[in-house]
Amino acid sequence: MVRLRNPRRLVRAVGAFLVLLLAFVALWEGYKVLGKATDGMVPFTNARLPVSPHDVAMPHVWEIVQSLFIPAQRGSDQILLTGLAQAALFTLREAITGFLIGSTVGFGLALLFELSRPIERGLMPFVIASQTVPLLAIAPMVVIWGGRIGWPTWASVSMIAAYLSFFPVTINTVRGLRSSAATAVELMRSYAATRAETLLKLQIPASLPYVFSALKVAATASVIGALIGELPASLSEGLGRSLLTFSYYFQSGSERLFATLVIAATLGLITVGMVSLLERLVVPSARRLES
Amino acid sequence: MLDDVVVSMRHVTKVFNPGSPDELTAVRDIEIEIRRGEFLSLIGPSGCGKSTLLRLIGDLLPVSDGQVAVNGKSPYEARIDRDYAMVFQQATLLDWRTVGRNIHLPLEIMGHDIGQRRSKTKELLSLVDLEGFEDHYPWQLSGGMQQRVALARALSFEPSLLLMDEPFGALDEMTRERMQMELMRIWNQTQTTVVFVTHSIPEAVFLSTRVAVMSPRPGRISEVVEIDLPQPRRFETREMPEFFARVTEVREALRGFSEVE
Repeated sequence: MVRLRNPRRLVRAVGAFLVLLLAFVALWEGYKVLGKATDGMVPFTNARLPVSPHDVAMPHVWEIVQSLFIPAQRGSDQILLTGLAQAALFTLREAITGFLIGSTVGFGLALLFELSRPIERGLMPFVIASQTVPLLAIAPMVVIWGGRIGWPTWASVSMIAAYLSFFPVTINTVRGLRSSAATAVELMRSYAATRAETLLKLQIPASLPYVFSALKVAATASVIGALIGELPASLSEGLGRSLLTFSYYFQSGSERLFATLVIAATLGLITVGMVSLLERLVVPSARRLES
Repeated sequence: MLDDVVVSMRHVTKVFNPGSPDELTAVRDIEIEIRRGEFLSLIGPSGCGKSTLLRLIGDLLPVSDGQVAVNGKSPYEARIDRDYAMVFQQATLLDWRTVGRNIHLPLEIMGHDIGQRRSKTKELLSLVDLEGFEDHYPWQLSGGMQQRVALARALSFEPSLLLMDEPFGALDEMTRERMQMELMRIWNQTQTTVVFVTHSIPEAVFLSTRVAVMSPRPGRISEVVEIDLPQPRRFETREMPEFFARVTEVREALRGFSEVE
């Protein structure tokens, strides 16, 4: 079970988060007040403020919160929060599936690269190049290919999420696998350990802190991949569609868009939180790279 | 007499990066025979190749020329047969394993079952005076204690040969002297043959039956000093006049190298 070794630490962490949240709210509202007073100009200058402080572009924080609790669509009693939560869950499923596939592939590639330097040298440029091709170009292609072989659309979106999450896992796992001291490798050699034993008993455990660091990056990448992947897929059920819809209706009420952004951000917190929880169970605190 | 020789080196030479601009001859024409049960120290100026020599014996580096025999076999065969254990200056303990699991790591690799591993670990913890620390993690121990765990690990599979590369180099003087006494006690008990690399003349003289003095790079064994101090070595040994005489002898042998003509 997860042991709460220091409950006060948790309280302090939550407290710090709330304080920063309040500070952000204060900043937001403060900007609005100041901006309205100078009518959208930077004080004492002739330059325009980049973000308009008026209520259409920057709704009040309480308006954003409020919008979550009123019906979002005509002809339905369902409040926005429920709708967004359902959409978020849909996107979360795609993100987690993509994350699992991506991290497995990433880890496997890293092992392959560690076992064979020639393969690493040959494949690495392609791996890197794959990440620099714009996602918005690839995403529609993946959806089409998936459709042709009979996959449900959400599965294609998962592949897009996987595509964004495998790379950090590969790069950091390779680093982690090679992070052992030279004397540790010499030690395993002196025991006449096989390649597999050296991997299993030395390199893989040594790599875990690096792997978890990478998994946190991959977790957020998978959420982004899922959101972006939903756009060309025209999925009505995901958060990506909600983002798109509310951005169309920006002029008539941007609170709902901001509310959706907040929900999308929580998805990132949830996925990274799950990785952190797993890390807590697997890696003792003295070895973790982040707190 | 021949099976009394644990390590024999004939005309052993090691050249790094032969043929390229950064070619380096680490050791040249090494000749030595190390007998069973003896404690041989290798001492010499920095860069003289002592650590390289140790790794040539241990099949961690291939020789460029000459022959090395360990227990009558090639270094490769000796390594596969697990004839020796190594202890480095850094304890190199695996910090995701407890002290106990670090100690029986070699036994795990060699296929001993959990019962054998547990009883051997208990025995070793008592040998290195670390009873009760089985479930601690390496970061909870001091440098000296970590080296004792490394020593226990090295002795876990009862090798006939122990190769030690400045194991006490990172410790403070007092801990160092304590560890030297511990090592002597353990050596007397296990009767392992030891090849010990060090920078410290008093340490070499205190611990060894023979001290091999090496010249600067490319290293050769220029002199071997017999240390006929009484066994077992005690705290008082360091204060005997014979001790100072041997230290002086080794120092003189090394002196020729640090003086600029």
